Amino acid sequence: MFAFTIKRIAQAILVMLIISMIGFSIKSAFGDPVRELVGERVTPAERNKIREKLGLNDPFMVQYGRFLGNAMHGDLGRSFFFKKPVTEVIASKAPATIELVLCASLIVILLSVPLGIYSAIHPNRLFSRIIMGASIVGVSMPVFLTAILLIYFFSVELHWLPSFGRGETVRIFGSWDTGFLTVDGLKHLVMPSIALSSIMLPLFIRLIRSEMMEVLESEYVKYAWAKGLKPRRVWWVHAFKNTLLPVITVGGVQLGIMVAFTILTETVFQWNGMGSMFIESVERADTALMVSYIVVVGFIFVVVNTLVDLIYGLVNPTIRVAGRQ
Amino acid sequence: MKISTLKSASKLSLLALTLVITAMLLVGCGDGEKKEQAEDAAPAADKIVLKLAMDADPVSLDPQVQLSGGMLQYSHTVFDPLVRWTKTGGFEPRLAESWEVISDTVTRFHLRKGVKFHSGNPFTAQDVVFTLNRFKQSDDFKGLFNAFGDAVAVDDHTVDLVTNEPYGLVMAMATYIFPMDKAFYSGTDPKNDKPKDLILKTDYTFANYNESGTGAFTVTDREQGVKIVFTRFADYWDANTGNVDEIVLTPIGEAPTRVAALLSGDVDFIMPVPPNDLERIGSTDGLNLVTMSGGRIITFQLNLKRLEQFANPKVRQAMAYAYDNNGVVAKVMKGFATAGAQNSPKGYQGHNPALQPRFDLEKAKALMAEAGYAEGFACTMIAPNNRYVNDEKIAQAFVAMMSKIGITISLKTMPKAQYWDQFDAQAADIQMIGWHSDTEDSANFFEYLNMCPNKDTGKGQYNSGNYCNPEVDQLTMDSNKETNVEKRAAMLQKVEQILFDDAAFIPLHWQNLSWASKDNMNTEDIVNVMNFPYFGNLVIK
Repeated sequence: MFAFTIKRIAQAILVMLIISMIGFSIKSAFGDPVRELVGERVTPAERNKIREKLGLNDPFMVQYGRFLGNAMHGDLGRSFFFKKPVTEVIASKAPATIELVLCASLIVILLSVPLGIYSAIHPNRLFSRIIMGASIVGVSMPVFLTAILLIYFFSVELHWLPSFGRGETVRIFGSWDTGFLTVDGLKHLVMPSIALSSIMLPLFIRLIRSEMMEVLESEYVKYAWAKGLKPRRVWWVHAFKNTLLPVITVGGVQLGIMVAFTILTETVFQWNGMGSMFIESVERADTALMVSYIVVVGFIFVVVNTLVDLIYGLVNPTIRVAGRQ
Repeated sequence: MKISTLKSASKLSLLALTLVITAMLLVGCGDGEKKEQAEDAAPAADKIVLKLAMDADPVSLDPQVQLSGGMLQYSHTVFDPLVRWTKTGGFEPRLAESWEVISDTVTRFHLRKGVKFHSGNPFTAQDVVFTLNRFKQSDDFKGLFNAFGDAVAVDDHTVDLVTNEPYGLVMAMATYIFPMDKAFYSGTDPKNDKPKDLILKTDYTFANYNESGTGAFTVTDREQGVKIVFTRFADYWDANTGNVDEIVLTPIGEAPTRVAALLSGDVDFIMPVPPNDLERIGSTDGLNLVTMSGGRIITFQLNLKRLEQFANPKVRQAMAYAYDNNGVVAKVMKGFATAGAQNSPKGYQGHNPALQPRFDLEKAKALMAEAGYAEGFACTMIAPNNRYVNDEKIAQAFVAMMSKIGITISLKTMPKAQYWDQFDAQAADIQMIGWHSDTEDSANFFEYLNMCPNKDTGKGQYNSGNYCNPEVDQLTMDSNKETNVEKRAAMLQKVEQILFDDAAFIPLHWQNLSWASKDNMNTEDIVNVMNFPYFGNLVIK
């Protein structure tokens, strides 16, 4: 276990180093941050003075070296726009994104499991056909469009749900703004969560369905039937547990992709999380924030995949992760 | 198969599971609902709140940190200028009650008495002197205030603005002077051990996070990029104002979301309104759409130094004749712009009514032949794709129109964050730029866009066409010293005529401005061509 953890930490550091290097090397392609700070009337000479002061004129390796040096001390730099350390900015935006991803994941898990199993057990029923048809539509519709349609239908036409933002939030644990504790906050969560889950949900239904159907055909399930076990036990204990393995693997990867999709969802719903922060930082050429976001998301990917590997072992003890003895 | 024989027990249990989950979710919501309503019921009584959505929120609380439309809009809400523009282009007394010209270079302002800053400090002439001095520390403003020497406080409520030489735009510049609380912004900030009046764009400063102006509203809550709350200042000097107690400004960058927020009633007022949604908002009951011809001219600059063909005035004229201003305004801008053939919009001293769009394809072809380019030529062009309304589409329309006279343009568009570096580097033969005059005066266009580029004087800073005409330079410089309005107007109009005849650049149109709100407020009265809505005067019925 210890060796496994060390190995994973080393991997994480390597991944983040590479990501930050790539982020740093392309940052100049996003434009000059000083441009975004000053009005259009400021002369090039003045702008150059500001660039000099901010160290933006130094060669790439000097800037990157400075970034790494500071990063060792937990300082990822300062956001030009927010005028704060980027770690502070990201920490203040993270709760919004985490809550959104959590809600969307819940929707995916709570709906995909029963629907996937149902359509595997009764592949020819009308309801199963409807699920499959709808999932095709869901997979092929871009999140952006889903989000806009939701807004126009439920906010503009029906006035049921608020169209943007997080609504009323409550501060807990000192710095975590949560939308879970107010009705307003929960109402604001509904549409963004649905929009975000709209990509993953159909995928998981289909995945669970096909895996389950395969398992149901296997010898040991036939044997279980032959033993006269109750259907519930056969489905849930014998079949479903084995269906889970590939689902968890894919789930780990998809959770990361879900974080990426928050960029679109948050932008459309003016959801003040890390995703919309990232897009805005790109537009403003706020490079420190941009690079830090990439590094932080890279870190999340590594952590999630490590957790997936651990859970994997729990679900199926016959599988041992390499290095984890 | 066996599966088909399985009985309904399991089917039921599945259904039950789904039901339980749904029920749990509903119960969870219901619980919260009860708690919330109990808490929420108490306040909100008669407070009039304006929920405002704009494309961005102010970048700072320091009015001198950035010269931009957004910061000036903020300044008009939290601070007061000495004088401000009226809808008709005149000046309305604000913190200055009256003014008089003492000499060629001195204008005396008599300040309003009994005005208080948000900190409680009284407003005096010393604050004006402080404010003007601070402008000179600001990278963004110091250029604008070049012409000014130090202000002189004659007594507590009289101040003289002194210019280095006769200057025709003293009053226009007075609209930029939003007096700041000298006592409040003096001293050292214990948080960073730096002076409180320090101006810094990228870091914490006292002024970036604290304000004390004289305006109708104070900032009571702010989370950058999320929302900013303005609360009415109880001791505001102007009794004759609107009735809004609180403004909650939410930045909504996505135009469709901003519109949806208004249509769904989540916000009361949005600006700007995307052109695609004008019709829809205009035809929705309960909403009020206000549009106005604006002062931002959109142009294409033809680089005379990069491409020899553009050095030939006939080629430039041919291009001006080949461009259908009205067609683009009607089709691309959906009527949401005013076609123009010069820099100065109507109402400016330099606006020359004789200059009209001159679309004439035959003439354009003839001019190309005369210039010896009947076969046409190829060139490059760049344009931003998120800076001006429909900028990319306009550029594409231009490319299509030029192809009719044989000019093949390879167009590259990019986001503004990358565009301006390319623009400065003069990376293409044709470059797009829009300009709104800082002084609401024609000379500002010429100084930045049309005068000979000169690194030492800073003139022609955005003249990427490198058009250079000594007569234009001379007339523009003279006009700044001319204080006689008629003579000055004649000079400025002459410049427009020269630029038109020379086809120094291709003017396209002035962008319209737009605001949309619920129809229970006097939106028309508070908006203006500068796009500084005076929210202090907003009345919600």
